[in-house]
Amino acid sequence: MAFALPGARPRKSAKRRRGLFVPAILLLPALIWLVFFFVVPTIALASQSLQTGSIYQGFQFTWAFSNYTEALSTYWSQMVRSFIYAASATVFTLAIGFPLAWFIAHRSGRFKNIVLVLVVAPFFTNFLIRTLAWQTILVDGGFVANVMKATGITGFLNWIGLVPNDSLLGSPFAVICGLIYNFLPFMVLPLYTSVERIDQRYLDAAADLYSNGWNTFWKVIWPLSLPGVVAGTLLTFIPAVGDYINAKILGNANTTMVGKVIESEFLVNLNYPIAAALSFVLMIIIIVMVSAYVRAAGTEELV
Amino acid sequence: MGSAISTALRWLRKHAIIIIGLLIIAYIMLPNIVVIIFSFNQPVGRRNGIWHEFSFNAWTHICAPAGMCDAVGLSLGIGVVAALVATVIGTMAAFALVRYRFRGRGTTNLLVFFPMATPEVVMGSSLLTLFIAVGVRSGIATILIAHILFTLSFVVTTVKARVASMDPALEQAAADLYATPSQAFWRVTFPLAAPGIAAGALLAFALSFDDYIVTSFNAGPSTITFPMYIWGAAQKGVPVQVNVIGTIMFLGAIAIVAIAQGIGSRKSKVEA
Repeated sequence: MAFALPGARPRKSAKRRRGLFVPAILLLPALIWLVFFFVVPTIALASQSLQTGSIYQGFQFTWAFSNYTEALSTYWSQMVRSFIYAASATVFTLAIGFPLAWFIAHRSGRFKNIVLVLVVAPFFTNFLIRTLAWQTILVDGGFVANVMKATGITGFLNWIGLVPNDSLLGSPFAVICGLIYNFLPFMVLPLYTSVERIDQRYLDAAADLYSNGWNTFWKVIWPLSLPGVVAGTLLTFIPAVGDYINAKILGNANTTMVGKVIESEFLVNLNYPIAAALSFVLMIIIIVMVSAYVRAAGTEELV
Repeated sequence: MGSAISTALRWLRKHAIIIIGLLIIAYIMLPNIVVIIFSFNQPVGRRNGIWHEFSFNAWTHICAPAGMCDAVGLSLGIGVVAALVATVIGTMAAFALVRYRFRGRGTTNLLVFFPMATPEVVMGSSLLTLFIAVGVRSGIATILIAHILFTLSFVVTTVKARVASMDPALEQAAADLYATPSQAFWRVTFPLAAPGIAAGALLAFALSFDDYIVTSFNAGPSTITFPMYIWGAAQKGVPVQVNVIGTIMFLGAIAIVAIAQGIGSRKSKVEA
């Protein structure tokens, strides 16, 4: 499986060739697609967010920045909640994904490809079916709910506010669990490609130099895994912020995320300017956060 | 006694990563196993959430729920076409980006990266805004445009990684041996890049088949994809047959990869 995501592989020095004709022809279809269906729609979205009017009377471009203040003052809590949920989910996905990636790369032996397939295969069982299956797993009075209650985990989660009503379903805990589960493959694949190339002899060398496990991890393994960590966390965090399927299926009215708000404003209320403003704000926040993050991590080879 | 405990601890320490890895695999498989088990359920009422009775009913009457098989067919069709187009134009772009140095290359890389860094809800809504502004009716064409867009970037990055790891000396060797550029490409370059291209195509199909959010923004009233069908059904109870389709897709994916793996290992044996 040659899955590799951004940041996975350092670029080898490509040969310098003259002439622009061949690359231009090769790039043209993809560029047309990206410009017409990504750049132009983004501009359309920005324009829509500054219009006033209604679907029945038509919209006029009026530099209506009030759309932004209205959208944010109404929906700031859903926006903040989305970022908190996505960030927590990303941290846990990394915590689960790293040992898994290491296991696949260095300890699974001849079962490596089988294990890799098992990580990717859930992609093919539909996202929605899997999330509905979690509904079955976490149901009140079910095995998981009973064990968690008996061991006091539910009580602890209740105390920190993640399970407000003693019922796992309809709680922030269930929503975050759904996000962790659904985006795990996006974390594991880039991590795997990074981790796989770490030479076992580096670890032996660290041990020879009296490094303990903790130091070896933070001084040798972690820096070498960084490109995979950055790619994996981005590919988990970004879709998780905009996701509303988990919040809808596993949460309740108090766990609504901003994606759901954008969807309802667009498709149900037909309030295009407010929906566009929210959408645009979401995009800008993510771009700013991602640029700061990539710069801080120092992995310029990301794209 | 003390030595037994310390032996056990040493064993645990040595195998910790394997135990943790297997536990995580079990966690990943858990919902899929639930899906498979509940495809044999005969639920009371419309909700397939509580085990009632074993039955092959859903497997023998797969297309019984109205509209479900049409939705699966539509999703398969869209997935194949989107993956095909995205793979062709994405592979071309990947070759250009790895093998040539030109002005605007950095910008192009960034442009390829941006759709992956855009939440689906933003991408779906901005495309819808464009389609409304231009006056295009939503339907199969708009779904395809959207799916090709969000799968394209994944194809480009997957193929790019593969092409970047290939040794350009092999093509030079082909040229030295008097291969024409097209012979060198089809006999040397393309077979070397093929695993990356295949992985990109498979990923594109999976992402397209799986997508709900972008599709919900760009689908028309008569173009119900499989995820949209499930979402609609989820309000009043998902039919058992949905689990059957999920099971078939899951096992089918494993089979495809296993076969590809078999071909790959036989080839490498022959070459060795």
